[in-house]
Amino acid sequence: MPKITYISSDGAEHVVDAENGLSAMEAAVRNNVPGIDGDCGGMAACGTCHVYVDRAWLGKTGAAREGVERDMLSVTDGAADNSRLACQIALTEELDGLVLRLPSGQH
Amino acid sequence: MATPAADSERARTIPLDEIDVSAPDLYVRDAAHPYFARLRREDPVHYCARSAYGPYWSVTRFNDIVAIDTNHKVFSSDASVGSFVLDDATLNPVNGGIFLPNFLGMDPPRHDIHRMAVSPIVAPQNLARLESTIRKRTQHVLDGLPVGEAFNWVDRVSIELTTLMLATLLDFPLEERRRLTRWSDVVTASPGTGVIDTWEQREKELRECEACFRDLWNQRSRQPPRPDLISMLAHSPAMQNLSAEEFLGTVVLLVVGGNDTTRNSMSGGVLAQHLYPGEYAKARADRSLVPNMVSEIVRWQTPILHMRRTALEDVEFRGKRIRKGDKVAMWYISGNRDEEVIERPEEFIVDRPRARHHLSFGFGIHRCLGNRLAELQLRILWEEVLERFSRVEVVGEPVRVPSNLIRGFVDLPVRLHA
Ligand code: HEM
Ligand code: FES
Repeated sequence: MPKITYISSDGAEHVVDAENGLSAMEAAVRNNVPGIDGDCGGMAACGTCHVYVDRAWLGKTGAAREGVERDMLSVTDGAADNSRLACQIALTEELDGLVLRLPSGQH
Repeated sequence: MATPAADSERARTIPLDEIDVSAPDLYVRDAAHPYFARLRREDPVHYCARSAYGPYWSVTRFNDIVAIDTNHKVFSSDASVGSFVLDDATLNPVNGGIFLPNFLGMDPPRHDIHRMAVSPIVAPQNLARLESTIRKRTQHVLDGLPVGEAFNWVDRVSIELTTLMLATLLDFPLEERRRLTRWSDVVTASPGTGVIDTWEQREKELRECEACFRDLWNQRSRQPPRPDLISMLAHSPAMQNLSAEEFLGTVVLLVVGGNDTTRNSMSGGVLAQHLYPGEYAKARADRSLVPNMVSEIVRWQTPILHMRRTALEDVEFRGKRIRKGDKVAMWYISGNRDEEVIERPEEFIVDRPRARHHLSFGFGIHRCLGNRLAELQLRILWEEVLERFSRVEVVGEPVRVPSNLIRGFVDLPVRLHA
């Protein structure tokens, strides 16, 4: 069960024990982490699961993937080079300790 | 306003295989709920062998709808294999209809390209820009209403506000805005339901719509890009080779998608607060509940009753064998009343926990593009209504739209209390 830390824009930390195989969006929604809605159910179509990956972890998660994920981020507020859609990050033991920051104003 | 007793009785006793939830008259009486309740309990993935639209499957439980809606590889929206509504004539050139292709009726990759081309119009920065215009107009419309006198909320408020909004998004001449309302009604109409008399009339009016937007397109493509939808489409590289049909289809999607739905949420919210006056009082006492109340209105109303998919292959789903080519209807109206997922689902509760967790905007790659705009309009409307009126009283029987697609109102007589 990888431990994932979500940090809201106001600095509040939510630590979640995520089940393997879930996406970082699903783990957040199931544990009521505020600021991640996952409106489209994880299809990279709504942009409500935008997160900034802590730079130390970028090597493990990888950058946003070419295609729908990049396209969606290009029309999402405040996207940066460490932006990902949480629904496109599959959680594994490898990512135990992952730190994700949430943009401000994401519902 | 409760379900007619005859329907409750019939829903309990009719053989399962005779249930046909696609019959539009059910929605005129708002009488489909007990049929869906029975299907959810006894046959959640239900086959109806005979209907006005041919045989079709009904998916009625919340989580099953999410599963179908997020599985576009098997359950297609593409116009080439069917349609995204039960009635093929709404968007396809069959049984009197004309071809109205648009990206809600496309599978990837074409879907994604078209969706991206129009996404910027509803991006958060653009919405922030629209907020003060929406608020001013809403205040103006509400300040012009008579207090203590009966009038039709649908016409004076819901249609007026949504049509103004749509005209702004499209930068459509404001004084001609009721043409948009008319076209929006015509698209989802069929002969005999009161809006149009013949299929020829429908086609003629939609061709006028096309010609009008074609002119606007030509005009905007010659001018520098502006932040309105027509200009965006006209300047989008992906949209340069749209056929006349695709162009009309895309315009129609934006007109109907953004119009009927928001309009009927504005009316449905009034009926909801009339039936649950305690909830209105709650929101009046604590305005921070308004965003949650808006989600609850959109769930309670469910302005789009169903979306349909077409199976691309034989699949086993919840023990049923769905065959390639079968029509599959996801009944959002039923999923939003699924007691396994939503507590006391028939009730309108403004501070319902997790109110955003509803099906009214769909799921998956076709998830409503305009939901934030719709929510913004509704939030402003209710903030301003709560500010002005102690009560919005419904003073006559609502008249509902005869449709299995749009859940809405033609007439909602109300009286405002200062
Ligand atoms: C309360 C108001 C609204 C409701 C209930 C609603 C509902 C829906 C539903 C159910 C879908 C299909 C989802 C699916 O198949 O999974 C949809 C798609 C869509 N809606 Fe809305 N809608 C609303 C407002 C709007 C507004 C204001 C706009 C326009 C600005 C809009 C534009 C669209 C578009 C363009 C699509 C197609 C998306 C795609 O295929 O990728 N909608 N909407
Ligand atoms: S959940 Fe919609 S983009 Fe990730």
